[in-house]
Amino acid sequence: MIRFIAKRLGSGLVVLFAVSALTFFLLYVSSGSIARNILGDQATAEQVAMKEHELGLDQPLVVRYFSWVADALSGNLGASWFTSEPVANSLATRIPVTMTMVFAAMILIAACAALIGVVAAVKRGWVDRVVQVGAIVGDSIPGFVIGVILVTILAIQLGLFPATSTISPEAGPEAWVYSMSLPVIALLVNGVTGGAQQIRSAVIKQLERDYVRTLRSRGIGEREILFRHVLRSAAPAGLTVLSLQLIGMLGGVVIIEQIFALPGMGPLAVAATGQSDLPVVMGVVMYTVVVVIVVNLLVDILNGWLNPKVRVS
Amino acid sequence: MSDSVETAAVAAPAPSLHTGQSGTVVRSTVIRRLLRNPLGIIAITLLLAISLLAVLAPVLAPFQENYSNIAKTLAAPDSVNILGTDSAGRDVWSRLLFGAQLTLLSALLCAGVAIAIGLPAGLIAGYYAGKFEAVSNWVVSILMSLPGLIVLLTIRAAFGPSVWISMIAFGILISPSYFRLTRTAVQSVRNELYVDAARVSGLSDLSIIARHIFSVVRAPIIIQTAAIAGVAIAIQSGLEFLGLGDPTKATWGVMLSEGFKNVYLNPTLLFWPALAMALTIGGLVLLGNAIRDALEDGEKIKHRKKVALTKGTTAAPARAGQQRKSVTAVDLGTEHHLVKVTNLGVGYPQADGSVKKVVDDVSFHVDRGEILGIVGESGSGKSQTAFSILGLLPDNARIVAGSIQFDGNYTVAPGEDRVDQARLSRLRGKRISYIPQEPMSNLDPAFTIGYQLVTPMVRVLGIPKEEARKRALKLLADVGIANPERTFSAYPHEVSGGMAQRVLIAGAISCEPDLVIADEPTTALDVTVQADVLDLLRELQQRLNIGVILVTHNFGVVADLCDRVAVMQNGRLVEEGPVRDILRNPKEQYTRTLLASMLEGKTPMSMLVSSQKEPVA
Repeated sequence: MIRFIAKRLGSGLVVLFAVSALTFFLLYVSSGSIARNILGDQATAEQVAMKEHELGLDQPLVVRYFSWVADALSGNLGASWFTSEPVANSLATRIPVTMTMVFAAMILIAACAALIGVVAAVKRGWVDRVVQVGAIVGDSIPGFVIGVILVTILAIQLGLFPATSTISPEAGPEAWVYSMSLPVIALLVNGVTGGAQQIRSAVIKQLERDYVRTLRSRGIGEREILFRHVLRSAAPAGLTVLSLQLIGMLGGVVIIEQIFALPGMGPLAVAATGQSDLPVVMGVVMYTVVVVIVVNLLVDILNGWLNPKVRVS
Repeated sequence: MSDSVETAAVAAPAPSLHTGQSGTVVRSTVIRRLLRNPLGIIAITLLLAISLLAVLAPVLAPFQENYSNIAKTLAAPDSVNILGTDSAGRDVWSRLLFGAQLTLLSALLCAGVAIAIGLPAGLIAGYYAGKFEAVSNWVVSILMSLPGLIVLLTIRAAFGPSVWISMIAFGILISPSYFRLTRTAVQSVRNELYVDAARVSGLSDLSIIARHIFSVVRAPIIIQTAAIAGVAIAIQSGLEFLGLGDPTKATWGVMLSEGFKNVYLNPTLLFWPALAMALTIGGLVLLGNAIRDALEDGEKIKHRKKVALTKGTTAAPARAGQQRKSVTAVDLGTEHHLVKVTNLGVGYPQADGSVKKVVDDVSFHVDRGEILGIVGESGSGKSQTAFSILGLLPDNARIVAGSIQFDGNYTVAPGEDRVDQARLSRLRGKRISYIPQEPMSNLDPAFTIGYQLVTPMVRVLGIPKEEARKRALKLLADVGIANPERTFSAYPHEVSGGMAQRVLIAGAISCEPDLVIADEPTTALDVTVQADVLDLLRELQQRLNIGVILVTHNFGVVADLCDRVAVMQNGRLVEEGPVRDILRNPKEQYTRTLLASMLEGKTPMSMLVSSQKEPVA
C-alpha cells in the first residue's frame, strides 16, 4: 500500500512539474511587451528597459523558468506586478475562503447525490424519474447562471439572504453560515443533479452483476447486499464522479465568488487575468494543480482500500 | 495455414457487404425512432430554430449589435425595441440574435477542434496501441485533471480576449473525451473477426478504419458533440460574464453580466440571455439523450428479433389484457415431490403492451436424491425455468401461467404473476441453493473467499462465526481444494477459474440444502477441470442425498450425471423421461438433432466448407 501511494505521489509531482513548465512558457512566450503594459504609454524606452531588467524579463525563458522553480520550492512565488504583494501571501489569505466553500459544497453534494442516486437505483419509480429530469435540467443551466438566478430571486427580490457575503467570522457563526449559504447552494445544485444521476447508473450497474444474484441465492438479505456489497463496489465509480466535480468546481467557484463578492481566489484570479499579472496567474494555476493532485491521490488511496485488486497491482 | 487464409479471403467480402447493408438500415431506423420521440422532436426543433435565428441575425435584427441610443437606456419593451434596451441603450433583441450567432459558432469551433485532435489520436492509439497510446494516455490524464475555467483564464492572460482563441484552447482541453471514446470503440472493433478478415484480404489499414470503425464511432461522437457543445457554451459565457471576453462583441455572457450589474434597476435584462442559454444547452442535452435512447432501443429491438428468430412461432406474444395469468386447472396430484413445476409460463412485458413468453407450459418434478437434467440450446428457456424456481428472475419478468411447489408448498401459487419473495427468501440458501455458470463474476471481488463462505452460514444457520469458519475450511477440503487455509483468505482474483467454481459449489452446499440448481456449472471451465467438477457434483449429491437440477446444453454431461432429463426448445418442454430411455430411443426429432450434434461417433468434417448454404461465420 505504501509503495502504491508513493507511486501515485511520484506521478502527481511529475504532473505538477509538467503543468508548471507548460503554463510558464505559454504565459511568457505569448505576452509581448509586459513592461510596457505595466508602465503605461507615457513611459520612455529607458524606463521600459529598466523595468524589464528589474523583472528579469531580459533573461532567456528557460533560465527564468528554473529560477521560478527554485524560488517556488522555497515558498516564494514572486510578487504581483501591480500591487507588489507577494503571491504566496495573497494565496494564503484567499485559499481558506475558497476552500471552505468548496469543501462545504462537496460534502453536501456527496451526501445528497449519494442518497438520491442510491434511492433512485434501488426503488426506481418516481424518484428515478425525478433524478433523470433533474439531471437534464441541471445540465442545461450553467452553475453561474443558477447563482445569478438565486441571488436575483432569493436575495434581491425576496430579501431572504444577503446578496453579497462578506465573511466576518466575528459576526458569529450563525451570521457567517447564513451569509455563506447562498453561494454554497449556487455551487452545489449542478453537482447534486449530475452526481445523483451518475451514482444511480453506477449502483444499477452493480445491482445487475452476477455476484449479486449469487448472494441472493445464498440467503443474504437485500439490505446487506446493498450496503455491504453493492455500495462498496459502486463506491470507486462514485468517488471518481465526485472528484471530477470537485475539479470542475475549482473553476466554477471563481464565478460564484465574483457574483457574491467573496474575498476568495476568484476575484484575485479574475483581476490578475484581466491585467495579465503573470506571477499571480502562475500562482493561481499552481494552487489549482496542487488541489487536483491531492484530491486525485486521496481518491486513489480510497479506491485502493475499497478494491483489493487495485491495491495489489 | 494457407488454407485458412484462403477461406478468410473468400469469406471477407460477404461480412463487409453485410455490415454495410445493416449499417444503413440501422441508421435510418435510428433517425425514424429519434423523430418519433417527442423529446427528440423538441430538441431538434429548438436547435433548428435557434440556428435559423442566428444565421438570419443580420436580417432579423433591427439594430447593429453595438448601436446605442443614450437617450433610451434600460427602456421597457416597446414597438421599436421589442425586448427593451440595456444600460447603454442597446437593443436587447438584436444583441440576443448576434449573441446566438457567436455562441453557436464558438461551440462548433470548440467541438471541431476537439474532434480534429481526439478522433485521429484515438484511432491511432486504439488501432496501433504501443508507445503512442502510452504517451497519449499520459497527456490525457493531465488534460483531464485541469479545471476548464482556470485553463481559460490562463489562456486569456497570455493571449488577450478572443472568443476564438479561448474556444480553440477549450477544444484541445476537452479533446480527451473524443480520444477515449474512439480508442475504446476501436479497441473493441480491432479484435473482431471481420477486421482480421479484411486485413488478411489485403485491404489497407486506412480503408479498414474508414469502412468499419467510423460506422461504430459515428453515433457516440454525435452524442458526445451535443454534450461538449453545451459545456463549451456554458464555459464561454462564464468567461464573458467575468468581463474577460471580447468587449466589442455582443454575447449572452456579456449580456448576463450587464444585466447583473443592473439587477436592482431592471432584472429582466438577466432573463433573456439566461433563457437563451438554457434553451440552447437544454436542446443539446435533450438531443444527446434522444439519440442515445434511439440507439439503445435499436439494440433492444435487434436483440429481440434475434430471440424471436430462434424461437420460431411457438412463443406467440400474449396481449396485455392477459398479462395477469389465468388460473389454469393445475394437476395437484397426490404424490409428494421435492420440486414440482406445473404448466409454468414466464414472460416479459414489452413496450407495446404484449408479453414475450420465454417459458411456456413447462411441467416436471424432481425428487430428493435425484438429478434432473434440463437440456436445450441457449434461448430455450432452461435458465429462465431454473431462475423461477430460485425466485431470481429479473425484476421485469412475470409468471404468466402455472405454479411451482417446493416440498409441498407453493412458491408460485396458481394465479400469482410473481414469485413470492417472502416465501422464497426463507428457502434460498437454506433449502434451495444455486451454482452459477461463470465462476469469476459470481464472487464479489472486494471480499475474501472465506468471508463469502462464512457469512451465509452465519446468516442462514445462525451459527457463530468461529464455527462457520471451521465448517468453511472443511467444505473447501471436501470440494477438493488442496490448501483450504490459503484459499480461505484469498481474494477471488487470486484463484483460478476451476478453483473459484469449487468455492461456489462449496458455498452452494454449505447450508445443507435439499435442492441444488446448477446452471451450466462446467461451461466456463477447461475440459480437464470440467470432468473433476462433474465428479465432485455427483459425489456430493450421493453423499448428501440432495435433489439436483442441472441446466446444460451438453448431452454428454446429462448422460454422465443425470437420472432423468427434460429437453427444452423455444421455451417449451419437448420431451421428458429417464436418461437411458431418451438417449436410446428419442421420440422427438429435436432431441435426435441435439443428440446428433454431440461429437462422439461423428465423421470428421471435410475441409471444403464453401458448399454449405450457411455463411462461414
